[in-house]
Amino acid sequence: MASAREMRLRIKSVKNISQVTRALETVSASKVRKAINAVTATRSYATKAWQVLKHVAEQPGRDSLHPLLANRDSVNNTLVVVVTGDRGLAGAYNSNVIRFTAQRFDQNPTPVKYIAVGRKGRDLLIRRRKQVIADFSNLPAAPTFMDVSAIGRLAVGEFLEGKADEVYLVYTDFINMGRQAATVKKLLPLELGGEGRVEDFEHHASNGPVAAYEYEPDQREILDEIIPRFTALQVYQAILESQASEHAARMIAMRNATDNAKELVGALQLAYNKVRQQAITNDILDIVGGAEALAAK
Amino acid sequence: MTIRCEIVSQDRTVFTGDVDIVVLPGAAGEMGVLPRHAPVLTTLKYGIIKVRKGDKEELFTVAGGVAEVQPDIITILADAAENVEEIDVSRAESARKRAEDVLAKGVPADTDTYLAMEAALRRSNLRLDAVRRYRKSSMRMHSSEN
Repeated sequence: MASAREMRLRIKSVKNISQVTRALETVSASKVRKAINAVTATRSYATKAWQVLKHVAEQPGRDSLHPLLANRDSVNNTLVVVVTGDRGLAGAYNSNVIRFTAQRFDQNPTPVKYIAVGRKGRDLLIRRRKQVIADFSNLPAAPTFMDVSAIGRLAVGEFLEGKADEVYLVYTDFINMGRQAATVKKLLPLELGGEGRVEDFEHHASNGPVAAYEYEPDQREILDEIIPRFTALQVYQAILESQASEHAARMIAMRNATDNAKELVGALQLAYNKVRQQAITNDILDIVGGAEALAAK
Repeated sequence: MTIRCEIVSQDRTVFTGDVDIVVLPGAAGEMGVLPRHAPVLTTLKYGIIKVRKGDKEELFTVAGGVAEVQPDIITILADAAENVEEIDVSRAESARKRAEDVLAKGVPADTDTYLAMEAALRRSNLRLDAVRRYRKSSMRMHSSEN
């Protein structure tokens, strides 16, 4: 058994750690609240945008409507946008995303390139010897659409130049404080009615056949404007979801760490008390023994 | 017979309601939308959206975006939008003054500042214009009551 001095030091260091984890927990708790607000605030726009896009895609002859809607006959290159955090200490948050990505894309029949959003994801992808073509780290805490639209533009550019024939988005869906799930969504060519949550929302009243649109200015110009923007919007939404998830994951992880530290301090304190008591008992026995030896004389 | 109108900007829902007519700044000019309008998809310019229900009229500024018109619903996806009543006139005025001062000194050297200032000027002009129109129309309504 360790000496009383060593145990005292140990107890002190565990207490210090628990203070740090508790502070991190509080910080994350306030950040997660803000992040949830941001997600819910943009959700209505994203939902509406998605509906409009869906109506567009229901138009006759969608494959010839716009290159970003067209499914390609042969897929030679795949591009994956992976959204993770910049920091660790968030439980399994970052590694879950990467593990999920590996499961989904390691057996991919075509070569896969990655765009990393978040420093942790970039490092983990590079360690696994993946081809990372771009890296967006150190995003601001509450990014605006402008801050992240470059990511969407890059993905659209790669797709249009033919460097990628399909683009996927891997991010962490925020379900609730206790549950976040790594999710994959096909970004390009736009897949409507596929995965994702947005389209579960109510479809508006007119469910009949959609009449052909009139376009102002012309069809090409307007689709050129809205489809890339909506694609970027999907990325934006995914980043907000991921940030909420990250803060929630960190909060839970830190709460667990604080609880564990408390438990550990309790156990250590008990052991320390025993050692201390043992030492006192020994001392008393020594004194009593000495006194008796003297009295016997 | 009314048409449902939904105005959403990137960070919130600005307006939802059933209305009689919506006038919006389409790419090809002002466009009035009544119920049972043919489906249209149009981009929006900087401008003012007018929404009327009965004799109640509401104005919104919009900084570009997209509008989707269906016979029973019109969805406006604005890059930024706000109700005229939310506009802080003195702030808009000082923003315009600031932008004008910077631009009056000649074209700023770096393009970013120039673009930012130009956008600020456009935005504040739009806001002030909207407020002016709003006041005029509410005054008109006011005088007709008397």
